[in-house]
Amino acid sequence: MQMTQALHTTSTLTDPHAGLAQGRAIAVKCRAITKSYGTGDNVVRALRGIDLDIAEGELIMLVGPSGCGKTTLISVIAGVLDRDGGECVVFGQDYEKLNSTERARFRAQNIGFVFQSFNLIPTLSIAENVSVPLLIQGKGRHAALREAEAMLDRVGLGKRVKDLPQKLSGGQQQRVAIARALVHHPRLVVCDEPTSALDAATGEVVMKLLRQVAVESGRALVVVTHDQRIFRYADRIAALDDGHIERIVTDAKDLQH
Amino acid sequence: MYLLALKMLFGDMAKLFGILMGVTLAALVITQQGAIFCGIMTRSFSIISDMPAVDIWVMDPKVQFVDDNKPMQETERYRVSSVAGVAWAVPLYKGNLRARLDNGIFQNCIVLGLDDSSLVGGPIEMIEGALGDLRRADGVVVDVVGATGRLAKPPPPGSPPGTPGTPVKVGDTLELNDRRAIVVGICKTTRAFQNQPIVFTTYTRAMSFAPRERKLMSFVLVKAKEGEDQQTLCQRINRGTGLAAYTQAQFKWMSVEYFLKYTGIPINFGIAVGLGFLIGTIITGFMFYSFTLDNIRFLGTLKAMGTSNNTLTGMVLLQAIAVAVIGFGIGSGIATLFGQSTSDTALAFNLIWQLLVVAGGAVVTICMLAAMLSLKRVLSLESAVVFKG
Repeated sequence: MQMTQALHTTSTLTDPHAGLAQGRAIAVKCRAITKSYGTGDNVVRALRGIDLDIAEGELIMLVGPSGCGKTTLISVIAGVLDRDGGECVVFGQDYEKLNSTERARFRAQNIGFVFQSFNLIPTLSIAENVSVPLLIQGKGRHAALREAEAMLDRVGLGKRVKDLPQKLSGGQQQRVAIARALVHHPRLVVCDEPTSALDAATGEVVMKLLRQVAVESGRALVVVTHDQRIFRYADRIAALDDGHIERIVTDAKDLQH
Repeated sequence: MYLLALKMLFGDMAKLFGILMGVTLAALVITQQGAIFCGIMTRSFSIISDMPAVDIWVMDPKVQFVDDNKPMQETERYRVSSVAGVAWAVPLYKGNLRARLDNGIFQNCIVLGLDDSSLVGGPIEMIEGALGDLRRADGVVVDVVGATGRLAKPPPPGSPPGTPGTPVKVGDTLELNDRRAIVVGICKTTRAFQNQPIVFTTYTRAMSFAPRERKLMSFVLVKAKEGEDQQTLCQRINRGTGLAAYTQAQFKWMSVEYFLKYTGIPINFGIAVGLGFLIGTIITGFMFYSFTLDNIRFLGTLKAMGTSNNTLTGMVLLQAIAVAVIGFGIGSGIATLFGQSTSDTALAFNLIWQLLVVAGGAVVTICMLAAMLSLKRVLSLESAVVFKG
């Protein structure tokens, strides 16, 4: 793929830098991250020492079987889950050094979220849904709505700003969710299974949009997915298994080996 | 964010209706039962309220409330008159006498014997006749509720059930304790606690109606001289005569205290109000918590996106206050309409502003308790839950 030509060629290393494009600033640096759930005999070790770097302007996918630790890793990177050990620095900021209020403020400023089930508030219009990150940042309602409508226009929903989410198709709702994730210009966007609830064609549209965001604005995108159809949109793919990164590749074909 | 919180609340009409049901029910029960309780308590001192010209009530020291009759010798009136600061002092007879109706049935009445010359303590509003007509031979004035109700002449035999009796009118004759009394006027009074007919007459005539006893004067009604401190005058009367003297407000409160202390009324109403509070709390708490659970994914999303716990707390509290205000408005509104519709009936209903404050406070408490339950869930919410599909 053309977009991956800028990156180093295929690698199957577990080196956190594996396949990372040269000359780009590091957005996320994870070292030896561990995370367990439960206690005693019921302990589940979800992450067993993850090392991963993510560059600005990069779209990286986290793939692997259910229970391999993808969601846990994305939660730690997004700062919504405390790790047990290791280091996770996002744009030079270690979450551990922030209290809960500072961490919430950091997320509000720097991170956009796209969820598998969209999580759009059903009683709000789509423009109001998209304006939420701006309101969290403290912007005025009218200004936030104006920016939200402009962002909805960019994702092709400019004429439906007053509609409620349930009036839209699944693909349209995901585009609203993407608009919400981007409206406050975050530097990192985390996407959890963004295409799993969509048909193939709609999934393509959504991924093109996300890809465009990464390339155009230099944001880092982390996408958790099972959907092999969209692997080709990734700059790199990190395959996880049993809490480890098994390999990091730049070409999906290398995952077969 | 707070506007969004309200939109979330008002967007889910089914849940909102359920929450409002609980709040409204609580507000209605607390306000309505409370107002009836206040109405009954107000009626316990209706005779005192209906004599606004009287500053101080003087009575036997053993009297506990307005209906507690411990007669005094008539000479006490003159002793009270002689106390410095007293403008005038007049006797009042208050007793329960039996009136014989046309059908032979006896009906208990409250008879008030007013000072013959001044007629102090007479009804404020005359519907028929004049208060001065009491000076006519055998004259009595009857309150309109008694005249149209318990003292009314029974319908002729063979009348369909429910046919109202013929109200007593001016010129009719009553038999009070085997003595003739002629109705010379119909008046309006505040309904009494026992809802008995009230018959006004002169003090001297009341003495003739009442069974002969050594002491018959129930109270001495006192007007303080201009500029005289009523409280000080009460103490002076007490010191000078050995009788108990109370201001209007003190005597009213003394009567209320008696009912609060020695009757089951406060317990019965307290139970009803308590049940309203409890049921309101349970319904509201359950519905509000259910509403929060329905929205937990969205609250988690807001939390993940950077909404602070303080803002989330503010959003939930705002939702709780919104339902409290609306529910209280509807509940107290219904209670007020109920009061309006029963204003001319035997039902005691007195919706005082203090009761609205108490009911409003109770409703806010209910909603805050419901909000606390929900907040516990929201604040302990792990924002990573939003990635769990």
